[in-house]
Amino acid sequence: MSTTVTSHRPRPPAQPETLRARRLPAYAAPAVAVAALALSAVIVYGAGIGGPVLVIVLGAVLYLVGLFAASNAVEGRRSARNRTWSALIHSAFVLAVVPLASVVWTLVSKGTERLDGNFFQTSMNNIGARDPNGGAYHAIVGTLEQVGIATLITVPLGILCAIYIVEYGRGRFAFAIRFFVDVMTGIPSIVTGLFVLAFWVLIVSPWFNDGRPGFSGFAAALALSVLMLPTIVRSTEEMLRLVPPPLREGAYALGVPKWKTILRVVLPTALPGIVTGVMLSIARAAGETAPVLLVAGGGAAINFNPFENNQSSLALYVYQQAGEASKYSPARAWTAALTLVALVLILTIAAKLLARRNRLSR
Amino acid sequence: MAKRVEASNVTAYYGGFKAIENINLTVEPKTVTALIGPSGCGKSTFLRSINRMHEVLPGARVEGSLTIDDQDIYDRDVDVTAVRRMIGMVFQRPNPFPTMSIFENVVAGLKLNGVRKKSILDEAAEKALRSANLWDEVKDRLGKPGAGLSGGQQQRLCIARTIAVEPQVVLMDEPCSALDPISTLAIEDLMFQLKDKFTIIIVTHNMQQAARVSDRTAFFSIEKTGDPGRLIEYDNTQKIFSNPSVKKTEDYITGRFG
Repeated sequence: MSTTVTSHRPRPPAQPETLRARRLPAYAAPAVAVAALALSAVIVYGAGIGGPVLVIVLGAVLYLVGLFAASNAVEGRRSARNRTWSALIHSAFVLAVVPLASVVWTLVSKGTERLDGNFFQTSMNNIGARDPNGGAYHAIVGTLEQVGIATLITVPLGILCAIYIVEYGRGRFAFAIRFFVDVMTGIPSIVTGLFVLAFWVLIVSPWFNDGRPGFSGFAAALALSVLMLPTIVRSTEEMLRLVPPPLREGAYALGVPKWKTILRVVLPTALPGIVTGVMLSIARAAGETAPVLLVAGGGAAINFNPFENNQSSLALYVYQQAGEASKYSPARAWTAALTLVALVLILTIAAKLLARRNRLSR
Repeated sequence: MAKRVEASNVTAYYGGFKAIENINLTVEPKTVTALIGPSGCGKSTFLRSINRMHEVLPGARVEGSLTIDDQDIYDRDVDVTAVRRMIGMVFQRPNPFPTMSIFENVVAGLKLNGVRKKSILDEAAEKALRSANLWDEVKDRLGKPGAGLSGGQQQRLCIARTIAVEPQVVLMDEPCSALDPISTLAIEDLMFQLKDKFTIIIVTHNMQQAARVSDRTAFFSIEKTGDPGRLIEYDNTQKIFSNPSVKKTEDYITGRFG
């Protein structure tokens, strides 16, 4: 803090004599990397304090320090900072990708053991602990039906709700809806499972089940709907807000009614983003175990009817097989996990392709 | 048929803010009328109140009466969409619908209002694109996206889209402000041709443009920021630009304003 007040304007920075500056040669960065790794290996193995992981971690730190020093000496401070931050950002990317690649690798390497025709054609019905067969047919059916029903319920509801919030909602009511949707986003899946258990399974289902409460795939779909709804509402809301107001005005100015403007101009413009949001919510729902366990009960047999009796799902199947006391069950769990990931991936790709088909190519 | 637009005591608000006050003005059919004035003086607000686009914004409302051939468009039983079909509008920035092709953009107004027949749409599209001087440039790529055209072409596409629904009055809100001189010239030429069929009201910051294209000119101004805009002078363009009767108009036109 200076106590004197200067009245003159800040001086412009000194003009450089030349536009050229000294640059590190192209081989400098790889050379620093090699040197850092070598030094790190010498330190780690010399002191006997760790293995190859520590060599890489220490090497990365040494690389950053070395790169900064080298660049600072030759190119100056600004370039040195630029190089260091670039290296940090790239490392952050690598750090983010490593777990992902690791998960995919683990899934593929362990999941392929039981990746056979039998796995996709049989259920766990009458499969004992010593039986190497058994499959996830019933769980795949369950996942597809439950997530399918949940999607049928939530997509229209969620998109209409988002349209209300963005295009029609005014004042306190719209604000309240937004607030409660936000609150819903944070509800743990076990709580939605308990809610459906208490409300649907114990109170509603006895009415059409001869007075006895009954598990069903539909109850699981209801629980998944509660989970999916806020994701769809919020993502659709954001996408609708991104549609430029002049597009709406352009349609109004042609004498197009508001509802038709929303249906034919606003929604198609926001469609790719809405599809992404829907797919995210589907992916989340497909991976939920707790609600299905609570209200569909799981089960070993194939049950096509989502409205009656127990159903399983892939996520629940993974959970149950992973805990089973049989030497054959871990392989089944891995394959089921791989199937689940592949299923979500295929659905996502298909949805993106469908959404893109509607858009015009440049 | 082009129609006469008559505004009497039009006052428009954005919530509690009064943007224009007591505008009285009559626009004759088949003329081009230019609205000029400094930024924030309410020209665009007045223009948007002529086809009831002003009220699209939350809290915005209009008082007074605006008649199109003696029908008050602010009557309680008037259908807003019918008003907007009769009074088309071209915006400052070209806003073609990004999900639609050139063809779909041009016939959007017809299609979204229920016209399905392909032959009618084809005919209307060609007619509108020819009127907008765009047909020769796009006739081979009608299926391509409208957003892929250049800025000037996009604006002419928007004009084609507006005149495809055959309105009586066309409002233009600084239609050339985002365009280069050549595209601007194309649109000014277009206004000359469209004058045969439509009543045109244009807001512009470019006084040469107002002098070139318009028959009548209205000068709007405000006392100071926060005051409502008022109509200062409304007369033949010739008179406004050569011998205005109000000192303020003269100051603005000769560049001595504020």
